[in-house]
Amino acid sequence: MLKKVFSKQNKALLSELVRTDFKLRYQGSVLGYAWSLLRPLMLFAILYMVFVKFLKLGGDIPHFPIYLLLGIVLWTFFVDITSQGLGSIVGRGDLIRKIRIPRWIIVVSTSVSALINLILNLIVVLVFMIFNQVDFLQTSLWLPLILVEIYMIGLGLSLFLSAAFVKYRDLSYIWEVIVQAGFYVTPILYSMTLITNITYQKILLMNPLAQSIQDARYAVVSHSPNVITIDSIFSSGIAVRLIPLGMCVLFLVIGVWYFKHEAENFAENL
Amino acid sequence: MSKDIVIKVDNVSKAFKLPHEKQSSLKGMFVNVFKKTRSFERQSALKDISFEVKKGEFFGIVGRNGGGKSTLLKLIAGIYSPDIGIITVNGKLTPFIELGVGFNHELTGRENVYLNGALLGFSRNEMAVMYDDIVAFAELERFMDQKLKNYSSGMQVRLAFSIAIRAESEILVMDEVLAVGDAAFQKKCFDVFRELKNQGRTIILVTHDMSNVERFCDRVLVLNESKIMKIGTPQEAATIYSRLNINSDKKADKSGIKKTIVNRWGAGGIRVKNLGFYDSKDTETSIFEVGGSIKIKIDIERDAALKNTQVVCGLAIYNQDGVNVTGPNSIEAPLNKDATTIEVRIPDINFAPGEYKLTTAIYNAEVTEPYDFLDKYDKFSIISDHTVHGLVEVRSSWTSN
Repeated sequence: MLKKVFSKQNKALLSELVRTDFKLRYQGSVLGYAWSLLRPLMLFAILYMVFVKFLKLGGDIPHFPIYLLLGIVLWTFFVDITSQGLGSIVGRGDLIRKIRIPRWIIVVSTSVSALINLILNLIVVLVFMIFNQVDFLQTSLWLPLILVEIYMIGLGLSLFLSAAFVKYRDLSYIWEVIVQAGFYVTPILYSMTLITNITYQKILLMNPLAQSIQDARYAVVSHSPNVITIDSIFSSGIAVRLIPLGMCVLFLVIGVWYFKHEAENFAENL
Repeated sequence: MSKDIVIKVDNVSKAFKLPHEKQSSLKGMFVNVFKKTRSFERQSALKDISFEVKKGEFFGIVGRNGGGKSTLLKLIAGIYSPDIGIITVNGKLTPFIELGVGFNHELTGRENVYLNGALLGFSRNEMAVMYDDIVAFAELERFMDQKLKNYSSGMQVRLAFSIAIRAESEILVMDEVLAVGDAAFQKKCFDVFRELKNQGRTIILVTHDMSNVERFCDRVLVLNESKIMKIGTPQEAATIYSRLNINSDKKADKSGIKKTIVNRWGAGGIRVKNLGFYDSKDTETSIFEVGGSIKIKIDIERDAALKNTQVVCGLAIYNQDGVNVTGPNSIEAPLNKDATTIEVRIPDINFAPGEYKLTTAIYNAEVTEPYDFLDKYDKFSIISDHTVHGLVEVRSSWTSN
């Protein structure tokens, strides 16, 4: 089964689709690839001005700008992977109606593009960390695992969304709203210490994205007690972690199942 | 399934759902969402299709537009799945049904070669090895670093075809590939087809062009209105196919001769009322075999004042290119003065197969002024079970020493 999934042909196709995606993305723009770095940087600049300089948030967190940037980069990754994944099957309708290739490759190729973007952005974060003289924390080594978690949620959701979008075109608008809401439900801009009610804090951290972003900040930026993670808020330890993790696995399983279920009808529904 | 059968289509049917929802208002949309039963019309695209393709066969699929050809091809290629029935494919099949699938106009020719290759299952390294051959075959060496949007459609097809024939599949499936490209490139394609055939590969070709079918195919399937009409030799298929086209033409205009039409003029008083074509058995038809007998029967009506007026009837037959092939008239054999029915028989109509238009004219005895002139109004068709070269077929005898 896995041998079939990672066959030579599939790998060649995947890499070619990702390549095409990158070539086309900044087609005709003067700065080209630089935009994949500039976009989150500019968003960061705006949020930094508003929230750090004017509103003076995050004073209780060491290296708050880095903390903010890392959060934005991870959130951008999630948005990229799901929004581009959502439109991927419909956008590639020309292929689906005329050629027999494994449909999932199209969705996975957009997720790989998003992953490459993330890596570029993380390099920017690293550069800022060096400027900002953030100490290297050993816990940083956990970061790849945290990224895997976000990738799993993202991929699961985009498989589900891309398949559903074939039938229900309203989904792109709905998803836009959900992402917008998610941006505020997830503690990206604000420190969790702003939420005084501990129950709310706990509920918030059941969201796998909130949990993983907070974990990443704890692992990479600062061990300050004000960087609230699922471990620091629940005393019961590892067991609670299973809730967001389980949700993440569930997303992926449902996504894969639904996609497989719908895939054979894509050609005629498109 | 026996070994030399590569494709077996067993009792396959396919229908498409056509939703019946025109939601012009928000309210209508909500009503539709909550109403569980959505109205659909099931449009049948294929009904009870069964056939087999043998290894090494050049198999043609022909049919009129909307007859289900492309649906059948997509089912074979695995793009659609059948509602009922089973399709078994024994061997590696090309995954595409059209040339240039996935071509991106914003990429250069070179980049598109690699992308298209990947869709066929080739890695970059494998494509790099074949690259020069592909470009040389397409004759596009100078253009490879230009964006595809600057290519002409013929150039795109050439490039696509050059890549497609590299696909190492035992079974090739192609839909209307030869529609574009100049004569020289088409010849190249035919050479490739012959070579592929000699290599023992199985090829399925969907086309409208009967001459290609006759040139290449071993067997041909004729699809009409979602059903198989015939599986047979190219000649048999060609006859049926041309008959199909004619019948639907016939259905389209059954109105008889109208009094006022654009291509009708004349002094009036004597008019063509009705016109029919009859074969050797005196049955009315509009399809004739090459060399067969054709009778044209013209009913005319006369005003009372012209009851006993000598007229001359002239005909002109034009082929599809508008060439006047022949023009018999009644000057040599004067008609009765009071004739109301005129019949003319051509015992051996030896025109090349195709559609012909008939001009009918009723002139005064001096042939100076027409009473009625019907320009290229009636149509009949000539069909043949063999190829006729040129405009007409003449009897010829050959000797050699």
